[in-house]
Amino acid sequence: MGKTGAEIIMEALRKEKVEAVFGYPGGAVIDIFDMLFNSDINFYLVRHEQGAAHAADGYARATGKVGVCLATSGPGATNLVTGLATAYMDSIPMVALCGQVPTSMIGNDAFQEADITGITRPVTKHNYLVKNVDELPQVIKEAFYIASSGRPGPVLIDLPKDIQKAVTKVPYPDTIKMRSYQPTYEGHIKQVEKLAQAIKKAKRPVIYAGGGMLISGAHKELLELVDKTNIPVTTTLLGLGCFPETHPLSLKMLGMHGSQFANYAVMETDLLISIGARFDDRVTGKIDEFAPNAKIAHIDIDPSAISKNLTVHIPVVGDAKDVLQKLNKIVEPGDTAEWCETIRKWKEQYPLAYKDDADIIKPQYVVEKIYEVTGGDAIISTEVGQNQMWAAQFFKYTHPRQFLSSGGLGTMGYGFPAAIGAQVAFPDKLVFDIAGDGSFQMNIQELATAVCHELPVKVAILNNGYLGMVRQWQELFYSKRYSGTCLLKEKGCIHNCDEKSCGSTLIPDFVKVAEGYSAVGMRIFKKQDVVPALEEAIKTKRTVVMDFVVAKEENVFPMVPAGASLRQMLSGIS
Amino acid sequence: MKHTVSVLVENKSGVLARVAGLFSGRGFNIDSLTVGETQDPSMSRMTIVVNGDDAVLEQVNKQLNKLIDVVKVQDFKTASFVEAELVVMKLHSNSKTRSEIVQIADIFHGKILDVTDKNIIIEATGTTDKVDSLINLLRPYGIKEMARTGKVALAKG
Ligand SMILES: Cc1ncc(C[n+]2csc(CCOP(=O)(O)OP(=O)(O)O)c2C)c(N)n1
Ligand SMILES: [Mg+2]
Repeated sequence: MGKTGAEIIMEALRKEKVEAVFGYPGGAVIDIFDMLFNSDINFYLVRHEQGAAHAADGYARATGKVGVCLATSGPGATNLVTGLATAYMDSIPMVALCGQVPTSMIGNDAFQEADITGITRPVTKHNYLVKNVDELPQVIKEAFYIASSGRPGPVLIDLPKDIQKAVTKVPYPDTIKMRSYQPTYEGHIKQVEKLAQAIKKAKRPVIYAGGGMLISGAHKELLELVDKTNIPVTTTLLGLGCFPETHPLSLKMLGMHGSQFANYAVMETDLLISIGARFDDRVTGKIDEFAPNAKIAHIDIDPSAISKNLTVHIPVVGDAKDVLQKLNKIVEPGDTAEWCETIRKWKEQYPLAYKDDADIIKPQYVVEKIYEVTGGDAIISTEVGQNQMWAAQFFKYTHPRQFLSSGGLGTMGYGFPAAIGAQVAFPDKLVFDIAGDGSFQMNIQELATAVCHELPVKVAILNNGYLGMVRQWQELFYSKRYSGTCLLKEKGCIHNCDEKSCGSTLIPDFVKVAEGYSAVGMRIFKKQDVVPALEEAIKTKRTVVMDFVVAKEENVFPMVPAGASLRQMLSGIS
Repeated sequence: MKHTVSVLVENKSGVLARVAGLFSGRGFNIDSLTVGETQDPSMSRMTIVVNGDDAVLEQVNKQLNKLIDVVKVQDFKTASFVEAELVVMKLHSNSKTRSEIVQIADIFHGKILDVTDKNIIIEATGTTDKVDSLINLLRPYGIKEMARTGKVALAKG
């Protein structure tokens, strides 16, 4: 007795302990959907395939497990592309299944045919087109293994319709070994020793931790290292939560919108220890002037991340957890007392701050209140733009996998479906999407998904009426020429409008949109209503959209202009 | 700087596209790329000549290694290796030039594949340098068409 391709897929999902699949049907996957009908695997019907990919990504980031999405051939598959690229840039384990026209028709420009393995090759860790059902069990096994091991990433499997129907006797493998793919987990002890010696000697060391720390699950080891050595820690956007920001040695985030004290520390450090981070240009600014006085140590599981953007003096290839465990066994503290004192003073002198207002709601204020009202115990996803940076700056992240954000690709529309994915994984947790009015509209249709599946996600729109981050660049670097960034611009609007001349039409009326989807909608104009609104939103078990009408032209500071050295920070408020 | 890289890959469809895509996507320059089956039919060997400094070569190496279907990458920066490539050339020739061309080809252990009253087709193999010299010597006679395979290489020893 054999099994059909579709049955093999179901068996694989069960054996890989997949509990949730996010997807959208179509002719080329109807056989798989037929299997899902009576399955114990929870299927979440999204309203756009991009939403499925981001939801699978959010699920994966929140849990560390492989996120799974499913789409039909052609347009269904191409709609996944942004989600795959988002996951790829941030090393998120994902398996995307998509239908394809029957093998006999591939290459014929058949109805809903797209060369999806060709299209997604540069944005997946690996992909497969299955042309023989006997290969299917091995392919799915490999896909889950590749997605979740080494430096994780999305893997796509293209499944022609006839393969889903064809029968095979090949069983689903229990274990896997690939001659061409064997990631290195163990850090070389010689390199770890070198790093330990450098730490002993360093006077002004800094740890710069990225998303790899969370993937590796090495936060306990990091805390132990810091306790042993008194080295301050700054994180990237993706690293938020890998080290408690309430810790006296936390420098919060570095880079373009990082804290002043983090950026000062990096400019002054004599030993920069990068762990699972990749020296992205949003982090380093002008690379030639990044950490100019430092020896650079780099721990990373991906050898190609090392010495890609700048020369590394102490490379350690391996999994962060393994390397830190080895390091913690032998490390001895250097004399960092004076350095820690300098940092303490910087933190006092240059705190992350904003000019509050008595009436108008400042977006930063909303984020601070979300932190306070939730007691910091919430999963926060973000959209992209100013909202994302304020969410990073004004919430204190203390737990790994608490912060979900598209860092590498910067995908507007990521946050809401990602929040849905996280809520699926943790039905009892508070999940907030801190959103921009622009970004939220990119996947606003997923309100239906949230409502239908009774997912009580809370969307907090920081509604400034602008594509705020782009507007900020235009204000600072393009003489305030707000070209294409006003979301309320109507046909009759004049150039260089001011708030007085601006019409009062809400485009859209987010409250009505929410209500149109049977979610709860709230609009908050006044500062004193922020906390009550948040409290009410948390109390209800329904999907809530909070439209916080905030200061329109608020800017994100500090800011290092693109391509400038981290020294050239604009502090904004003086 | 030119570097020769030898890459053992799984003999699967799409592998060539992955390697080519890697080079174009990351802005590496390929001088030549050859691919063919090895003694083990489940694996192919690609020989790639890339142009770039040491940092580029290091990234090429690492990025190739990152491809799932790549089994082994060997760069011949330090190891000594043997290399060969094949060229086939169609030249103008008439009764006056024919014997000169044949003589030059002989020196390079070339073979005459075809002769007509107007053309002659020559085949030669050797290192890239040697093939280059042959081409230079024959260019004055007028090369009508030419095909080079690109280099294949194996480590010595
Ligand atoms: C899909 C996509 N398109 C365009 C951009 C460029 N972009 C970056 S931030 C931004 C503005 C975002 O506006 P909004 O969501 O309202 O957030 P705000 O900055 O106002 O908080 C834009 C257009 C992007 N990051 N992603
Ligand atoms: Mg906005």
